[in-house]
Amino acid sequence: MLEAIILTVITAATPLLLAAIGELVVEKSGVLNLGVEGMMVMGAVAGFAVTVSTGSPLLGIVGGAVAGVLVSLIFAFVTLTLVANQVASGLALTLFGLGLSGLMGESFVGQPGIKLQSLDIPGVTSLPFVGKILFGQDILVYLSFAAVFAVSWFLNRTRAGLILRAVGDNHSSAHALGYSVIGVRYLAVIFGGAMAGLGGAYLSVAYTPLWVENMTAGRGWIALALVVFASWLPWRAVIGAYLFGAVTVLQLHTQALGIGFPSQFLAMLPYLATVIVLVAISGNRRATLFNTPSSLGKPFVPDR
Amino acid sequence: MKKLALLAGTALALAIGAVSGASAADKLKACWVYTGPIGDFGYSYQHDQGRLAVEKELGDKVETAYVENVAEGPDAERVFERFAREGCGIVFGTSFGFMDPELKVAKKFPDVKFEHATGYKSAPNMGLYNARFYEGRYILGQIAAKESKKGLAGYIVSFPIPEVVMGINAFMLGAQSINPDFKIKIVWVNSWFDPGKEADAAKALFDQGADIIVQHTDSTAAIQVAEERGLKGFGQSSDMIKFAPKAQMTAIVDDWGPHYIKSVKAVLDGTWKAGDVWEGIKDGTVHMADYTNMADETKKLAEETEAKIVGGWNPFTGPIVDQDGKERYAAGVVAPDGDLLGMNWYVKGIDDKLPQ
Repeated sequence: MLEAIILTVITAATPLLLAAIGELVVEKSGVLNLGVEGMMVMGAVAGFAVTVSTGSPLLGIVGGAVAGVLVSLIFAFVTLTLVANQVASGLALTLFGLGLSGLMGESFVGQPGIKLQSLDIPGVTSLPFVGKILFGQDILVYLSFAAVFAVSWFLNRTRAGLILRAVGDNHSSAHALGYSVIGVRYLAVIFGGAMAGLGGAYLSVAYTPLWVENMTAGRGWIALALVVFASWLPWRAVIGAYLFGAVTVLQLHTQALGIGFPSQFLAMLPYLATVIVLVAISGNRRATLFNTPSSLGKPFVPDR
Repeated sequence: MKKLALLAGTALALAIGAVSGASAADKLKACWVYTGPIGDFGYSYQHDQGRLAVEKELGDKVETAYVENVAEGPDAERVFERFAREGCGIVFGTSFGFMDPELKVAKKFPDVKFEHATGYKSAPNMGLYNARFYEGRYILGQIAAKESKKGLAGYIVSFPIPEVVMGINAFMLGAQSINPDFKIKIVWVNSWFDPGKEADAAKALFDQGADIIVQHTDSTAAIQVAEERGLKGFGQSSDMIKFAPKAQMTAIVDDWGPHYIKSVKAVLDGTWKAGDVWEGIKDGTVHMADYTNMADETKKLAEETEAKIVGGWNPFTGPIVDQDGKERYAAGVVAPDGDLLGMNWYVKGIDDKLPQ
């Protein structure tokens, strides 16, 4: 039973983790992109469309990432080049993504998808308990962890990561030092788009191989909350995503056990847990301020 | 900039044109208002299939129009009013929450015909229509009890409204008619539509020992989980056999086409009257998808029950005892429609507590 629950938690957490880790990098560069939901849903429709058209879920995943990048470029152009308000543009991106994906996906409604294969190493995947959990996942699950590791290493251990953080903390100084603030932010937004696209593609190719309008059902917003929850630390995003996934799955299990607890309360639990952790974190102001990108959401216009 | 404005203007004109169309004088214009996107492959999708059936059946005599994604509540009023002003001969409001705004507009435009699905308020020019989905659920219950090896089904539900409670009870009555000890585990996902959550709920129910999954939520996610695990289940709203060729035993399909065709024809003939129709399997509004992936004996039983229902038998025929042991309907008494539409209690044998 525990094994079954853990397996379900992994699939519930992966799309959140993928999108959150991308948005984390975006916010670290000082850009607030509220369009995660829109980029995810575009990733979902593109991932599904490519999978069904080519018969290859792997190509579908790539298609999802590409779609995420394309819509994120619209956001980047509007907010970075045209210096529009980031909050409004991000919200618009979500609405745009939801609408466009519905239009693009119209002919794919009611078509069965192809599920992404899970890893199967003879002899290893069949190990009791750990086999399926550690060695029986699909490529995106491993990729989500690889991404967390890579982002953590990149931000803390590389010069490029230092520059990205500098741009996010104080864009005027970074600019004065000769770094291309806009260039760095473009790259960060593109990375965020690709990861959100992957998260969306995970939904339509691995989680539930189907396409229907609005199938992300608010997961982009949860990914956004997870970034704050993680106080911009990649490994905390893992904890957040898995905690959220675990509470969601456990509440379904408690209901099925027939304990007689109100389901509305149980459904509220994941969000309640998020709020409690947010409060707990913000209690420690110094640590929070230390990690918060100071230029977050502020537009940058090079003065020369 | 001017070009852009021109382009936007053209697009707007096209959009309005697509909705209103140019109505020739001799053509009847039939209009639909949907609450969801027609791409949900569920409730609104099936209503739109009904609209397409009207187009196919009546061809040149009608033209149709629709607006999707209309929020339930007062905001819907302007959509109904626009349709009424644009020369629609009949307007269908397809969701419960359109009731009051539609009624308001109906009173303002006495010459336009209105029909409202699943509600209870009407007017001389506003009729009601609904479908007896519970008939299908009774059959599902019988199939589940026959086919389940463990005597346990998982039931994924959205919100505790009478429509859903009625479905659970009908399912249970059907199951108990075969196996009096049949059990269900109920999981509320508090959403009509969240494929990921529906899939997780299905997994949780299977992990806890159910070997059949039933759903009253809209996506195909749950039945796909059944397919993956080599277990069984039922489709909802649409025939989902493509998604689960080995798992779907049957599906309750909403088929609004026959009713829409009947109504539109009546308007064409000038015989339309505001009615109050609650149609089921007999009338073709509720349609059972092919019985597959089950023993021949079960299939025969399902067909017999279907025939019995077509013959006028109501699954809510007493004796029916509720969860607390109180007899609600004595032997032979048929539950009146009004009771069904307000149902807020579980039948005996359901261990879950109904959220109030």
